[in-house]
Amino acid sequence: MRFMVLVKATAESEAGVQPSDEMLREMMAFNEELVKAGVLLAGEGLHPSAKGARVQFSGDKRTVVDGPFAETKELIGGFWLLEVKSLEEAVEWVKRVPNTDGGESEIEIRQVFTVEDFENASPEVKAHEQELRAVIGNG
Amino acid sequence: MTATDARRAVEAVWRIESARLIAGLARQVRDIGLAEELAQDALVTALEKWPDTGIPRNPGAWLMTTAKNRAVDLSRRDQNYQRKLEQIGRDTDNDHTPDASTGVGDINDDLLRLVFTACHPVLSTEAQVALTLRMLGGLTTDEIARAFLVAESTIAQRIVRAKKTLAKAGVPFEVPPEDERDARLAAVLGVIYLIFNEGYSATAGQDLMRPALCADALRLARVLAGLMPREAEVHGLVALLEIQASRAKSRVGSDGEPVLLLAQDRARWDQLLIRRGLAALKTAETLGGLGRPYTLQASIAACHANARTPEDTNWLRIAGLYEALALVAPSPIVELNHAVAIGMAFGPAVGLELLDELRDEPTLKDYHLLPSTRGDLLAKLGRTDEARAEFERAAGLTRNERERALLLSRVAAQ
Repeated sequence: MRFMVLVKATAESEAGVQPSDEMLREMMAFNEELVKAGVLLAGEGLHPSAKGARVQFSGDKRTVVDGPFAETKELIGGFWLLEVKSLEEAVEWVKRVPNTDGGESEIEIRQVFTVEDFENASPEVKAHEQELRAVIGNG
Repeated sequence: MTATDARRAVEAVWRIESARLIAGLARQVRDIGLAEELAQDALVTALEKWPDTGIPRNPGAWLMTTAKNRAVDLSRRDQNYQRKLEQIGRDTDNDHTPDASTGVGDINDDLLRLVFTACHPVLSTEAQVALTLRMLGGLTTDEIARAFLVAESTIAQRIVRAKKTLAKAGVPFEVPPEDERDARLAAVLGVIYLIFNEGYSATAGQDLMRPALCADALRLARVLAGLMPREAEVHGLVALLEIQASRAKSRVGSDGEPVLLLAQDRARWDQLLIRRGLAALKTAETLGGLGRPYTLQASIAACHANARTPEDTNWLRIAGLYEALALVAPSPIVELNHAVAIGMAFGPAVGLELLDELRDEPTLKDYHLLPSTRGDLLAKLGRTDEARAEFERAAGLTRNERERALLLSRVAAQ
């Protein structure tokens, strides 16, 4: 099973405050644990939302809103993609994420769909979805 | 926390911690059989206590402390454990931290010792596989038994016998010395590859694939790459398994029937695993893996992974890679695959000519892919009666029911 682990943003990450050396060191050690356990498929940190944008949808209308965005708790600061055998195992790994500065933050864990999970899709839609994945994968 | 929730949480912790726990204990008691029993006892205690107390802040340390306490208890009942207890006592006296956690480097060394001990040449291949899945993979006896379609008691006996064999032979809990390292590492890689292949192309039973076994083998390979980051062939194996695993979902059709590689829907290939495999292959090549068996096989798999359509496949390069593989890891199966690649590059008649040189090969006598490949080439040449006979022979040889059904359908199609 694959899980997307979403690290929520903080006031510091949104302010563009660079992580301390200690924070980076602890996070690197944790990432090394994930690699050595064979469960880490991918992971990245994200720049503040000031460097991003949103696209709002309303029927046919598309509206682009430049960052930054005010709702810090709703923003994402980084992610991991884990391959584990159960949600409980993913939870156990996330509990081990270092909290160097001891502040308040939140990490969300979401299971990744496989194409087989799209129960309502017709065979044609599934095939097209798979084609798109192949194209995306090849850049 | 309900009992069911607790059990699932404990199982999750066990999966993360069990290999390190067993490895750390084995270094102290110098007996992996005893170490595993102590670890299992600690697991049972956790299953009893954690529903009430909650999961401790450092579950690994809790399990280690509990296992050591268990060893102390045993020494009061059985003098045979006394010597090992004295060993624990000495190591405990040297611990600098209250919870007796060891450093990352120590744990890596312990895990490596566990890897090499579980795959020690004094054991049969079956025993090596069972111990590896049990001790390093954290699988239960029942999980291993289901993976290999045998009774749980069979696996249990296999593991007990393996532990006794290691103890009787006085196998030290050590990484092999330099002069033995390459051969012993090849044995470890072979065990992981065997586990993967059993999941990828099950030799018996009703399912073509057992994906959980592939996932376990791939995780073990990744763990080994983390432990031995400068070993080219470890990365070669990771590359091979990642790329092969990327095709897992496309190998089985909607009715469970096998889908041959060239007929697979490539859109279903897992691009993340392909990219990871290609990255591991690059690492293997950088570390000097060029011309070595797993790196070569990964290069062959990469040729397929990089081809957007079957027509894009570089069969000439694949044929060359098989020729290189035949030099470093000669086998009739490599020759068989080489013949297939030559047939694809230069035409079925040339492939058939090469294949016929293998007909008297003893090790391929009962190998169903030889007649099925001959059948395929004969069909392409329009020799339908001969093709039908070959597919019938192949169907009679395979023990996998899905493959048999596929081969019989090819008989009917001629």
